[in-house]
Amino acid sequence: MDDILTIENVGLTYQSAAHETEALRDISLRVKEGEFVAIVGPSGCGKTTVLSLAAGLLKPTAGSIRLGGKEITGTSGEVGYMLQSDNLFAWRTILQNVTLGLEVQKKNTPENIEYAKQLLQKYGLGDFIKAHPRQLSGGMRQRAALIRTLAFRPKLLLLDEPFSALDFQTRLSVCDDVYAIIREEKKTALLVTHDISEAVSLADRIVVLSARPATVKRIYTLDIDRPTPLKRREDPAFSGWFDKVWKEVGA
Amino acid sequence: MKKPCTPRALYLRKKRNGKIKVLCLQVAVLAVFLGAWEFLTQVRLVDAFFVSSPSRILIKLGQLFRQDFMPHIGITLLECILGFVISTIAGFLAAVALWWSDTLRRVLDPYIVVLNSLPKIALGPIIIIWVGAGMKSIIMMTFLICIVVTVISMLQSFLACDKNKVFLMQSMGASKLQIFYKLVLPNAVPELISVLKINIGLAWVGTIMGEYIMSSAGLGHLIIYGGQVFQIDLVMASIVVLCVLAGLMYFLIARLEKFFRKRRGGSLQ
Repeated sequence: MDDILTIENVGLTYQSAAHETEALRDISLRVKEGEFVAIVGPSGCGKTTVLSLAAGLLKPTAGSIRLGGKEITGTSGEVGYMLQSDNLFAWRTILQNVTLGLEVQKKNTPENIEYAKQLLQKYGLGDFIKAHPRQLSGGMRQRAALIRTLAFRPKLLLLDEPFSALDFQTRLSVCDDVYAIIREEKKTALLVTHDISEAVSLADRIVVLSARPATVKRIYTLDIDRPTPLKRREDPAFSGWFDKVWKEVGA
Repeated sequence: MKKPCTPRALYLRKKRNGKIKVLCLQVAVLAVFLGAWEFLTQVRLVDAFFVSSPSRILIKLGQLFRQDFMPHIGITLLECILGFVISTIAGFLAAVALWWSDTLRRVLDPYIVVLNSLPKIALGPIIIIWVGAGMKSIIMMTFLICIVVTVISMLQSFLACDKNKVFLMQSMGASKLQIFYKLVLPNAVPELISVLKINIGLAWVGTIMGEYIMSSAGLGHLIIYGGQVFQIDLVMASIVVLCVLAGLMYFLIARLEKFFRKRRGGSLQ
């Protein structure tokens, strides 16, 4: 299958008044269509920086990065970014929140708004179309945040620790929900997380980054054939994979 | 009549009773204050010539309204509203410009700080020389007193916007203008309303101060005049009218706040 995202020998060096910081060095990574790739690594190693590059919010100082074969030169609205907090706008209803991307990209046609409504309906938020974010639980809000990124049909989903603000119980179920939605809608996703069990339960491949300056230490292709993250956690192979990745991150 | 006694009905009744109690006490505070004032002056424990009294104020108000009180009120109100509106609009535009351009903000920062700490009343003589004594100069004074605080508070409310939300909009490909009117501006609405509330108070300060130093009409003028000729009744009557006007304008802004709250499903935050 075709590569959605191609990162080739990318390096990034930040400049600040006090010093120069090399965040990424010679990173290469391909994400194929429909794939779910997780990036793990020691904290502060620049995992999020990779997502910022893919979103076009930062420019690499070396190498090239392409989305769907086209060089990324800036923000294009072709990626959907999902962050730790849901970042729903309190003054908008759920439907207005979900159609924000469509509005920004001037694609808020009746058909596209209908599509957003269908997504809300399909994933259990149909009764909350006119509600405000305050009235929803943390898990529902995170689902709404995901639907907001899906509504404008991005080529690639970037997930930056999307579950870490939730309590453990909610986290597991939202994780299942999000995974199911992403698979059902056949989306390509790049996830950044510090939670190795989360990465093992979600990803097709896991990319382990080293400490700063981050390089690709190792890429694992997982072979746990289970339909949901929770089922994966129950699989005997799960703890083996967890150990492998955990040791690689710590080594 | 049968009394419902479900927990809900009990709660609602208790809440309503609480409200009524507070209202009664509020009225009582005013009544006791006015009553004591009137009583003390009636029995001549304090001299009504120096402190006036509620009845004297009422009589004075009656007199004033039969004479030429309305033009004085009208002038002051007009000066205050114009000063308020002009400074709010100009302050908003300036704050948007400063939010928009980092360079502009950094260049102007020290000037804004100095202007903020400068007592604007010191500019009185300059205003008189430049625009002449009268309505224009009073509006100018009001404008100067309001504008700096408006710019600073509005800019702060714009800059307080969550970086992650800005990030999110950028990743969707939003332009700076879209980020402003879809995110930064609606996000700042609660703070903008607080700015309006502060501003309305400042606008009154500016108007009355302005009238003290450079006018021949208006409530501020009547207060100063009343003080000079030792007519405390006139001073007090003017102050009462001022209280009513300031209260009314504050009430209007509170209505605006309520309107926004309703539109946002019950909460401003």
